[in-house]
Amino acid sequence: MKKKYQAGRRREATTWEYLVLTVLALITMLPIVYMVSTAFKPLEEMFLYPPRFLVRHPTLRNFAELLIAMDALSVPFARYLFNSLFVTVATVVLGVILSSMAAYPLAKYPRMPGNKLFFSIVVSTLMFAPEVTQIPRYLIVDRLGLIDAYAALILPVIAGSYGLFLMKQFMEQIPVELIEAAKIDGAGEWQVFWRVVMPLVRPAWITLTIFSFIGTWNDFFTPLIFTRSEQMKTLPLVMSTIGGGPGQVARWGAVAAASLVVTLPTIILFVLLQRYVMETMAHSGIKA
Amino acid sequence: MNGLRSRWQAIRYAWHEYHTMYLFMLPFTLLFVVFVVAPVLTAAYLSFTYFNVLEPPRWIGLSNYRLLFVEDDIFYQHALKNTFIFAIITGPLGYVISFTLAWFINRLRFRQLYTLAFYTPSITSAIAMSVIWLYFFANDRYGLLNYLLMEIGLITEPVAWLREQSTILPVIMIVSLWMSMGTGFLVFLAGLQDVPLELYEAGMVDGVRNALQEVFYITIPVMRPQLLFGAVMAIVNSFAVFGIAAQIAGLPSPLYAGHTIVAHLYDYGFIRFEMGYAAAIAVVLFLLTFFLGRVAMRIFSER
Repeated sequence: MKKKYQAGRRREATTWEYLVLTVLALITMLPIVYMVSTAFKPLEEMFLYPPRFLVRHPTLRNFAELLIAMDALSVPFARYLFNSLFVTVATVVLGVILSSMAAYPLAKYPRMPGNKLFFSIVVSTLMFAPEVTQIPRYLIVDRLGLIDAYAALILPVIAGSYGLFLMKQFMEQIPVELIEAAKIDGAGEWQVFWRVVMPLVRPAWITLTIFSFIGTWNDFFTPLIFTRSEQMKTLPLVMSTIGGGPGQVARWGAVAAASLVVTLPTIILFVLLQRYVMETMAHSGIKA
Repeated sequence: MNGLRSRWQAIRYAWHEYHTMYLFMLPFTLLFVVFVVAPVLTAAYLSFTYFNVLEPPRWIGLSNYRLLFVEDDIFYQHALKNTFIFAIITGPLGYVISFTLAWFINRLRFRQLYTLAFYTPSITSAIAMSVIWLYFFANDRYGLLNYLLMEIGLITEPVAWLREQSTILPVIMIVSLWMSMGTGFLVFLAGLQDVPLELYEAGMVDGVRNALQEVFYITIPVMRPQLLFGAVMAIVNSFAVFGIAAQIAGLPSPLYAGHTIVAHLYDYGFIRFEMGYAAAIAVVLFLLTFFLGRVAMRIFSER
């Protein structure tokens, strides 16, 4: 699958290019490094003058303080963590399965009536910001009586046009012969889908898993609008309240620790699965 | 009559032939219609009404739009203006930087490491990172930027980056650019790896002299689909700027210096509960990004 790219290149990158890109990469990483370092800073180091970038005496006290700050919120920290994890996992699993199921006919049965129209609607919805639909979406969720239920945080996010688009583009690469062969062997569509199609498009659904995980995990707007009670809040939403909003310095250490706790899972996930992403992304182009 | 019957027969034939496939699409389509298509249509309808959630919507024709463009100074002078300045600068700039970085990284060893370094900012949440920005751009001498600028003697007094009207928007732009190496950037990188090597060799034969010519005559034409995808993402994201602005500058921001279209939408929709008016704002944003998306499709279409 993977091509040896370096071998075919005509020009090797020069030392200068390495130097410039390395410096740029380091500058880009500075805020992240600062976030990690601050999470371990004792209070006396936080408000030093002159300000210090890196931590000198690392401590775990901020994390303890985070737990205390969370305790004061009347709902245990574990509940927020559970909410975030449950909502994210449910959204990712359902989203990946449903998008893949819908993408399969679009990719492999181009003559199916309604197929082209459906796909062009999906592509046009790529072209508008999700914020556009927030208000009527709120009204619909409200009408369905789902406000403050897990379903409100999961269902509206599942049917994302990007997921369907990505899976369809990737599935088009599957040779029709493989599907036909499986059918001749007596497999029904359902078996073809799970035993032939899904294994072949593994890089695509792993990629979609990552993007969907990151998107849902970081989502602040959806829980902000669709939850009422404290028990239903997710991590990003709670984080914005413990700091006391922009400009507040109260519990600075706890906030720094919380930032790290929220950010780390997404970075780890990407590092672990990066190679699948790169295999998939080339198919993400739109043909006009 | 005959036409109707043949239409009916076509549907029956399609169902007979493809019913399993329609069932495959059903769950997704159901959710897609309820939570994406219906909201778009509802927004379009509500934008012509007065609707405060408590009473049923009342039809008022084009009043919301008239109000929005003629009388709402905050929308016109701040939300629209800030969003356009932001989008016109950060959109193209982020796009070009993404492509340029991807092009260079593609030629390096340890490509994955460089990719990770530039991509990571885009997956951090605006909420989590706001702590960091509030320190970097803090208004007093304890802020990192103020400290550094005072050390090298560029300024003598600390600048209130997040309170001055003139610096709020630039700070939001810088942070957004930092986060802009996202999906588009990855798509560019992957697309670059997929350009067939023979094309470069053929290009040499055809008289491509340097790297710049190679990029313009070979790489860019081959990568049209990826470039279009990146353009659509850049347009949508830059016109929908809100999260970062709200986290850094607050809502409402000082003198509306960080006010954007989506901030205005949020203000009317979820703080004042004037849903009809907010829907009109949403429709304007939708038309804007849709029109620009179409323009991008025209530019990148294969002629």
